[in-house]
Amino acid sequence: MKIKVFIERTNKKVMVNAKNFNELFKKIKVDPNTVIITRKNELITEKAKLNNNDEIKLLSVISGG
Amino acid sequence: MNCRNCKNNPVITLPNSNVYLCKKHFNIYFEKKVRKTIRIYNMLDKNDIIGVAISGGKDSMSLLYILNKIFKPTKVKLIALSIDEGIKGYRDPNFKFVKLFCKKNKIKLHTFSFKKEFGKTLDEIKKKDSETIPCTFCGVFRRKILNNKALELGVNKLATGHNLDDEAQTILMNQFRKNTRASAVLGPVTGIVNDPRFVRRIKPFYFLTEKEITAFAFLNNILDKYVECPNAKLGYRNSVLELLNEFEKRYPGTKYNIVSSFLSTLPLIKEGFKEKTINSCKKCGAATSKDICQACVLLDELN
Repeated sequence: MKIKVFIERTNKKVMVNAKNFNELFKKIKVDPNTVIITRKNELITEKAKLNNNDEIKLLSVISGG
Repeated sequence: MNCRNCKNNPVITLPNSNVYLCKKHFNIYFEKKVRKTIRIYNMLDKNDIIGVAISGGKDSMSLLYILNKIFKPTKVKLIALSIDEGIKGYRDPNFKFVKLFCKKNKIKLHTFSFKKEFGKTLDEIKKKDSETIPCTFCGVFRRKILNNKALELGVNKLATGHNLDDEAQTILMNQFRKNTRASAVLGPVTGIVNDPRFVRRIKPFYFLTEKEITAFAFLNNILDKYVECPNAKLGYRNSVLELLNEFEKRYPGTKYNIVSSFLSTLPLIKEGFKEKTINSCKKCGAATSKDICQACVLLDELN
């Protein structure tokens, strides 16, 4: 499945082929503990099912200061 | 996968567990955890004036939001204190987001700046002393302004958004640097002895993780755009943060275990520093364990 991912901390957009979040996080080398996941402005968990052409935002949980 | 308590979609997995919660039940869990921390550590009295230290980030905004929700119907009074350090491109010097929130919720907001209090912005300090990490000045100066202004405003408890991740980092930093005295003032309620020159600090988010707080801020529409301090990566804390996150990933529960084991030894650490006298700084009169307080030492270096 093709997933469009926006990584807030690095301000980067990437396209990733992944079946689930576990695979997605491994591919983009992001620690799931350091982000929250949103899809269509809804908060979801890493156990949620991914759909083809999903647009995912990974918001940083690490404080900026 | 459903919420533990209902059939709704979950928004979060609670740390170190297989517990999934929906928006409604996560908000209930979050508030309960804050209330419990406040109650167990006797953080507040019914006529307290709480000063909430606000940066506009997710921790302090969530703290102001939840304290306002809990204490609005009571006699406890809330005021917000913000500091503009003078870091270009980082803090919005107008605190638009914070101002709007305070106005909407009728919370009095007081703003202060390094420039006004010490004559220099942090950027100017950085230019003048390129050897020292700016975070050294920033932390000391922020603490000094917050304490002094809280005293002037009649605040008797200063609430900060420090969370479980922050505390685990600080405990490790103090260990690595053999700074036991600094550890003695940690904990959910800071300080070793009561002294009228110090405003006691409380940390209602002590047992909540950064992830939980970010989720709470997002769900309650108080999560502003992420901006990273340009100096953050220079600090010692950042190295400890990365190390701890790596450990947490490999060994879930590490951060909680650090904080939990620290709390069981904290009374002994405090006891060891109880007898130390608190002096008045020879330059500014502020309470200090030395002859001259750290803020005055740093200001002398700069001048």
